[in-house]
Amino acid sequence: MANLIEVVYFVAVALFIFGLKRMSSPRTAKDGIIWAGVGMVAATLVTFFIPDLKNFGLMIAAIIIGSGIAFVSGKRVAMTDMPQMIALYNGMGGGAAAAIAAVELIKLATHETAVHGQVAINLAVLGALIGTISFSGSLIAFAKLQGWLRKAIRFPFQQAFNLLVFAGTIGSGVYLAFAGAEVSVIILFFLLALIFGVLMTVPIGGADMPVVISLYNALTGLAVAFEGFVLNNAAMIIAGTVVGAAGTLLTQLMAKAMNRPISNVLFGSFGAAGGGEESAVEGSLKPIEASDAAVMMAFAEKVIIIPGYGMAVAQAQHKIWELSKHLIENGVDVKFAIHPVAGRMPGHMNVLLAEAGVPYDRIFDLDEINEEFDTADVALVIGANDVVNPVARSNPDSPIYGMPILNADHAKNAIIIKRGQGAGFSGVENALFYADNARMLYGDGQEMASQLIQGTKEL
Amino acid sequence: MLESISGISALYIFMLAAFAGYEVIAKVPVILHTPLMSGSNFIHGIVLVGAMIALGHAETTTEQVVGFFAVLLAAMNAVGGYVVTERMLEMFKSSKEKKNG
Repeated sequence: MANLIEVVYFVAVALFIFGLKRMSSPRTAKDGIIWAGVGMVAATLVTFFIPDLKNFGLMIAAIIIGSGIAFVSGKRVAMTDMPQMIALYNGMGGGAAAAIAAVELIKLATHETAVHGQVAINLAVLGALIGTISFSGSLIAFAKLQGWLRKAIRFPFQQAFNLLVFAGTIGSGVYLAFAGAEVSVIILFFLLALIFGVLMTVPIGGADMPVVISLYNALTGLAVAFEGFVLNNAAMIIAGTVVGAAGTLLTQLMAKAMNRPISNVLFGSFGAAGGGEESAVEGSLKPIEASDAAVMMAFAEKVIIIPGYGMAVAQAQHKIWELSKHLIENGVDVKFAIHPVAGRMPGHMNVLLAEAGVPYDRIFDLDEINEEFDTADVALVIGANDVVNPVARSNPDSPIYGMPILNADHAKNAIIIKRGQGAGFSGVENALFYADNARMLYGDGQEMASQLIQGTKEL
Repeated sequence: MLESISGISALYIFMLAAFAGYEVIAKVPVILHTPLMSGSNFIHGIVLVGAMIALGHAETTTEQVVGFFAVLLAAMNAVGGYVVTERMLEMFKSSKEKKNG
């Protein structure tokens, strides 16, 4: 039996890696997740047959309750809310890894017979630390994206305080690992780690959340791998490590796209610095009527649409695709340009456009499309702001300086659909809106898209 | 008990798995980053297996309670991760697939 169990774990791990590989191309991604799912079901089922296990009633009850809650919430969540849902499920994984470590440590503290080498104990504590931080941190990330926790919370001597809590966590962890486990210290350790996860996440602004979620995803993977060492389970070690490495790379890619070093995201103070007076932007805002904008687009040869999170909030993606279809029928070349941090996570905007029915071969990355703005007649910006702000190129004093942007200002005309005047997420005034070739179309995204459709139909 | 993994082979496993993870992700287009993060989030749902083992070996009530939560949270991670990933990937279609139906 033991051999069969090992073989099934082996196959499951192979399926995970194979599935991840399939998920890296749009054509094969769908069956990638299915293969990985098959691996997961097999690994779970075979675990029931490990000799000497008890508490099957509790086990099955926990699986049914947990799966039920996750299934229903996962099916119901709107596509716009996907990032926080991923954060939530990721936090659960981190919590589970921490709880495994807790069980092992409690055993160590209460039974004299527990057999664990020093290396295993160290890894258990380390996994517990990482898993717990990922757990409470992910919950805060969820609360922030869900809008339950709006502001970045900052207080005096915050970094010093955080450092103190962290030192306390590490101290109690080291005590657990080397001086022997005691129940009171175990409780203190987990409590401090929970608090540290919260403290670490609350000062981080909403715009940086994607990087944070990705980081916690990698951390959970690592915690799972460490607990895999403790339980002597190769499937957990490999799957956890693969996710840890992949998540780390993904975090780097995201941070790079935002031009924000990871250390800066975690310990910096984006937008909080009161100083650094920006140079006033020159020019004026020039409004345009929807009917005029429609004419402009209908007679264009090439239109590039730049969607931002504002479009998703207004639920305008369906209307925008409808508009695009009209334009395409009239012979206009319509493309979508996606900034790496459009939406709440890299790729989130792609998901939202895919939901509306936009085929993925009309959607382009920053690198793929940025040259094309020079030949585009119209750049339609909807609900995006900082990602098209030329200040990022020109003003070294600006907090967003150096961030790669979409060259909407290089198009012959830029039309910006915007709810009202006001700065973007970063609080920086947008120089594009004041440019000579820019026109502002004020109004709700969905409403304006409808008017544009109307306008193109009437021609 | 299952075959045990010795220290150095565990290190080898760790190193090779890290490279595998890095390489597999390296070629992913940006459009798939969110589903992929979600997919990798699902894969660390394998923690469910560990949680089941921990609960399966729990003896005292405290251990059982903590183990129960481990399994509960792990099941949410695995199932939730799968459902949302599958939903997102379901929507990715090319123009050709659209025309064919």
